[in-house]
Amino acid sequence: MVDIPYEGIRGIPPAEVPDVELYHPRSWWTRYVFSQDAKVIAIQYSLTATAIGLVALVLSWLMRLQLGFPGTFSFIDANQYLQFITMHGMIMVIYLLTALFLGGFGNYLIPLMVGARDMVFPYVNMLSYWVYLLAVLVLASTFFVPGGPTGAGWTLYPPQAILSGTPGQDWGIILMMASLILFIIGFTMGGLNYVVTVLQARTRGMTLMRLPLTVWGIFTATVMALLAFPALFVASVMLLLDRLLGTSFFMPALVEMGQLSKYGGGSPLLFQHLFWFFGHPEVYIVALPAFGIVSDLISTHARKNIFGYRMMVWAIVAIGALSFIVWAHHMYVSGMFPQFGYFFATTTLIIAIPTAIKVYNWVLTLWRGDIHLTVPMLFALGFIITFVNGGLTGLFLGNVVVDVPLSDTMFVVAHFHMVMGVAPIMVVLGAIYHWYPKVTGRMLNDAMGKFHFWVTFLGAYLIFFPMHYLGLLGVPRRYFELGDATFIPSSAHSLNAFISVVALTVGFSQMVFLFNLVWSMFKGEASGGNPWRATTLEWQTPETPPGHGNWGKELPVVYRWAYDYSVPGAAEDFIPQNQPPRATQLVQGAAS
Amino acid sequence: MAVALILLLVAIGSVLFHIYSPWWWTPIATNWAYIDHTINITFWITGFVFVAVIAFMAYCVFRFHHREGRRADYNPENKKLEWWLSVGTGVGVAAMLAPGLVVWHQFVTVPADATEVEVMGQQWQWSFRLPGKDGRLGTSDVRNIASDNPMGLNRDDRHAQDDVVIENGDLHLQVGKPVKVLLRSVDVLHDFYVPEFRAKMDMVPGMVTYFWMTPIRTGTFDVLCAELCGAAHYQMRAKVIVDEEGEYHAWLEQQKTFAELSPAKAVVKATYQSGGK
Repeated sequence: MVDIPYEGIRGIPPAEVPDVELYHPRSWWTRYVFSQDAKVIAIQYSLTATAIGLVALVLSWLMRLQLGFPGTFSFIDANQYLQFITMHGMIMVIYLLTALFLGGFGNYLIPLMVGARDMVFPYVNMLSYWVYLLAVLVLASTFFVPGGPTGAGWTLYPPQAILSGTPGQDWGIILMMASLILFIIGFTMGGLNYVVTVLQARTRGMTLMRLPLTVWGIFTATVMALLAFPALFVASVMLLLDRLLGTSFFMPALVEMGQLSKYGGGSPLLFQHLFWFFGHPEVYIVALPAFGIVSDLISTHARKNIFGYRMMVWAIVAIGALSFIVWAHHMYVSGMFPQFGYFFATTTLIIAIPTAIKVYNWVLTLWRGDIHLTVPMLFALGFIITFVNGGLTGLFLGNVVVDVPLSDTMFVVAHFHMVMGVAPIMVVLGAIYHWYPKVTGRMLNDAMGKFHFWVTFLGAYLIFFPMHYLGLLGVPRRYFELGDATFIPSSAHSLNAFISVVALTVGFSQMVFLFNLVWSMFKGEASGGNPWRATTLEWQTPETPPGHGNWGKELPVVYRWAYDYSVPGAAEDFIPQNQPPRATQLVQGAAS
Repeated sequence: MAVALILLLVAIGSVLFHIYSPWWWTPIATNWAYIDHTINITFWITGFVFVAVIAFMAYCVFRFHHREGRRADYNPENKKLEWWLSVGTGVGVAAMLAPGLVVWHQFVTVPADATEVEVMGQQWQWSFRLPGKDGRLGTSDVRNIASDNPMGLNRDDRHAQDDVVIENGDLHLQVGKPVKVLLRSVDVLHDFYVPEFRAKMDMVPGMVTYFWMTPIRTGTFDVLCAELCGAAHYQMRAKVIVDEEGEYHAWLEQQKTFAELSPAKAVVKATYQSGGK
């Protein structure tokens, strides 16, 4: 244990948690492959998620080709189209966004930001990644099995998901369930680590109300995920049993391909309740880390404290709690008990209030700031616009009777892509530009970054904003082709073609970003330890990239909150969290 | 300042697109104009918030972007402002939720004079059934399905005998008459979706779901399936024709009842079991 004299400053308790004895890797294999260092695990998670995310990106191109130019591409048939949308959705929501925010950013940032040497259970943390990798491989294998991946839609609603009228009924759906079960096992191992590390391994002085909002966002999302994923876990196991053993958890007496099936007595609605009991919190499992990270990006690059920090923390906690009692707003037209509509519409619209507070506080942080229009800040601004847009259309879909005409149309597709696709990805990209220097010691190229931002932001907006109006018109989702329908004018087909062209352009512009990631690793400008002049602990490490154990001989001691930017009287426009009060340089002539 | 201007243009462009885009909801054909009104209220409130937030953000970027010597204010919180913003948001939310819940109450409260119509979904076609002269639909079960009984009606139920069964045909409805649409599926989830009706509801095997409406104009409307139901989901189509009273009855006269479509002995058996009543 390192002995640091207690300075008697209010809020800094004496050390209670002894410094841990770390496992030290002895070979290349245990250092870089079977590593127990959270930073290496974070990179492994991020690269794996990005790789499978690229598969999802290619799938989105294929489905946009079909939607924009129906009948042109003979290599896409109706079954494949359903397989593409299913795999695209599942990969993006679970295997990319959840894994990247929690496994990637969580692993890298939590120990560094709370001043710990590593996660508290490094071995379990390593296992978490390897089980996740296995889940990804099982998922990817479905592209190569007989019948291909499941085409049941990412919601996997039974009875359809396991009956023969749906592509991937042989192997695809079984492996999908297996992969989800593995993912949840892997996530649980990682998730317990993130929660315990935040609660138990914070360094001296790092009270909960001094944590950067990034940690609050990831921490709350992880707690939610630990409570929500079990619902998906049991639903997956039960659906697997229905498929393999012929049980009937979700299967009523029904006809399969003209023959009375052996099923009977189950409830398809039960699956939907279980799925959305997981699925709605899942939206916030992706959104809360994004909320936290973007708060820190805005504060750092506007050189101003986040406005209303305490309100921001309580808003995160309130959103996390409320998100467990809104799930059935995905089921307004499912045929469930109609009186549920009143309750779920009310809870859903109430959640808009803490969410709106967060938006107000982000833009109020910009007020009288010193806004540096860096690439991370641009992505943060892009996030605010797309999130506000997607959040507001959520008020349509949450308000039960308004949802009736809009559900299952392209309005829904546009809404959830804007709010949980584009908006969180804006944050992911901004965060990568922001923390890349800490991970590699080099800056990403600024010109490529700005090009990447403008094409991605404006392009994504042009894809998804007009799409709402197709839904308003009544164009249904999950349609291989629209065919003849008198209510769909030919201009709607032109809009679809336009959206497809923009989508391909945005997709290809991501190659510039990938190139930038690789190029800057070798040719990027050296960043130093704290290029953004930020206050939080990860920028105060003795080495960049941080070494094994993060902090050299002594753990940092925290004296202040994470947002001491532009403090009146201080000479610099930021004061790191670990800077003791007497070490702060004052402006010449200011009273101390 | 270019960035601030582009941000502002995104907001202005969105509003202009909303006003001038040719893509808007279909002309309504039922009593559910209330739903359209609620959507309009929601558009006004959310549109105002959207423009206000982005305009404020664009102004901040314009006014407070970094210049040599600028230093940000130090302003951790402002309880009063945060309180007022929360209350204002609450009022806006209530202004959308209240009409929404009122209309939902209407939506789930079926009027007593609504006549019943049944829509049955199966991969990948629609069937329809209307009550016969007795005004009641007979019972059905998926286990009764046979080649001469595709909707699985209960042969022992005398109310089923005079039911009008429409296989592979179009559904006709009478304008101005409230109708309770009973929804049933024999295999997977489907959703009876006519954009002009606004109302829709999933069809779930093992359950009977419903919605109600009153058609307010005549015409021919496309029926689509709105819940993914397998490979040919996109091809699951039919038509609903809303007629004036005279045309409707003329059409109804030509339709076959269950008793006419299925073997006669079933009728005898049903009469016997119900005690000849």
